[in-house]
Amino acid sequence: MDAEATARLHTLLTTHRDALVKHWVATVAQTLRGRQSEAELQRQVEEVLGALVAAAEGGRSLELATADSGELRAVLSELSGNRARQGFSATETAVTVFGLKEALLAIQPTNDAKRLREYVEYSRFVDEIGLFTFETYAKAREALIADQAEQLLELSTPVVKLWDGVVAVPLVGTLDSARAQVVMERLLQTLVDTASPYAIIDITGVSAVDTQVAQHILKTVMAARLMGADCVISGIRPQIAQTIVALGIEFSDIVTKASLADALAHVLRAGGADVARRAARSVA
Amino acid sequence: MDRVPVLTLGDILLVSIQIDLEDQLAVRLQEDLADRIVATGAHGVIIDITALDIVDSFIGRMLSTIAAISKVLDAETVVVGMRPAVAITLVELGLSLQGVRTALNVELGLRLLGRNRADRLEPVDADAIEPLEPTAAT
Repeated sequence: MDAEATARLHTLLTTHRDALVKHWVATVAQTLRGRQSEAELQRQVEEVLGALVAAAEGGRSLELATADSGELRAVLSELSGNRARQGFSATETAVTVFGLKEALLAIQPTNDAKRLREYVEYSRFVDEIGLFTFETYAKAREALIADQAEQLLELSTPVVKLWDGVVAVPLVGTLDSARAQVVMERLLQTLVDTASPYAIIDITGVSAVDTQVAQHILKTVMAARLMGADCVISGIRPQIAQTIVALGIEFSDIVTKASLADALAHVLRAGGADVARRAARSVA
Repeated sequence: MDRVPVLTLGDILLVSIQIDLEDQLAVRLQEDLADRIVATGAHGVIIDITALDIVDSFIGRMLSTIAAISKVLDAETVVVGMRPAVAITLVELGLSLQGVRTALNVELGLRLLGRNRADRLEPVDADAIEPLEPTAAT
């Protein structure tokens, strides 16, 4: 927007401030349908308007990318970031900014050609800040998803000690490459740290196995073997067994057991311990 | 020139590799080991690679060769202390240490060799050797 139009917009915004805010809030409140209090909305709108007025001040031409508009960009980022975290939709966030158009139209009739041309110019700028808002909204959402994925990664890969020299990894949920990698590294490190010659990978909680996941499990077993530890896989569910065979994955000489209990009994015997059930006590 | 020291522990030879192995050094280690196995009549060789950050195909092949040489001289080879990162790399490269036995640390390696010797030579304690029946556990 050139300097002249900026000056006109500045005058318009400052002289009709109250009416503008009223219209703006009314437009936006309609779309948000009571999910945000009017007082809160008014505060946000006034904040954006204040920043816009500040950016238009000084007689230079108004552009979103310049240093003059730094404050405006910060306010918009904060607004859209908050909206993203509070679970508002993209439309609802964008409308908060586009409400300014309606408000401008309401306070400045466009019945002559000059006014109309001005309005189109303001409108273009509002589109620009609207796009900016949408972009930061998307960024905030992406950051949210990345955070959650990381939290999921951390919480889902414990390596537990089952017995002297026996550690186990109960895998739960969906295994993707990133998680499989983390599991693999953590398991191998635990083997070294605890000097356990046996590891059990329990996949009872794994909902599906594809070739890649199977490949990762196989690699883990191979790596453990290279380091001098034996791996047993337990808890393969019927569908998964069918998938493994259907995909033609070779588990070859890797020991697989039906349950974690069987696997533990197996490694204890392999480690030289006797596992036996005592005779049932007679009930007198 | 550098040499990798070979230590004698009873009838077991212990080699701890602490430096980067070059071709020359590796060849010399092979020769030294063969000599020492014959000289001491050792029955086991433990190669400790805890200090190695990288095991490439060259070192992998060297370990296999040492294992094969020892085998001919009636000594069992155990490679101990491989780091997780090294193991992962070897698997990713598709290298398996053919004919080499592995253990997590020197202690477990010694135990492994001891067990094999016991199996081969001294069936003293019948209980210890007996294959464990799948008792009524399942």
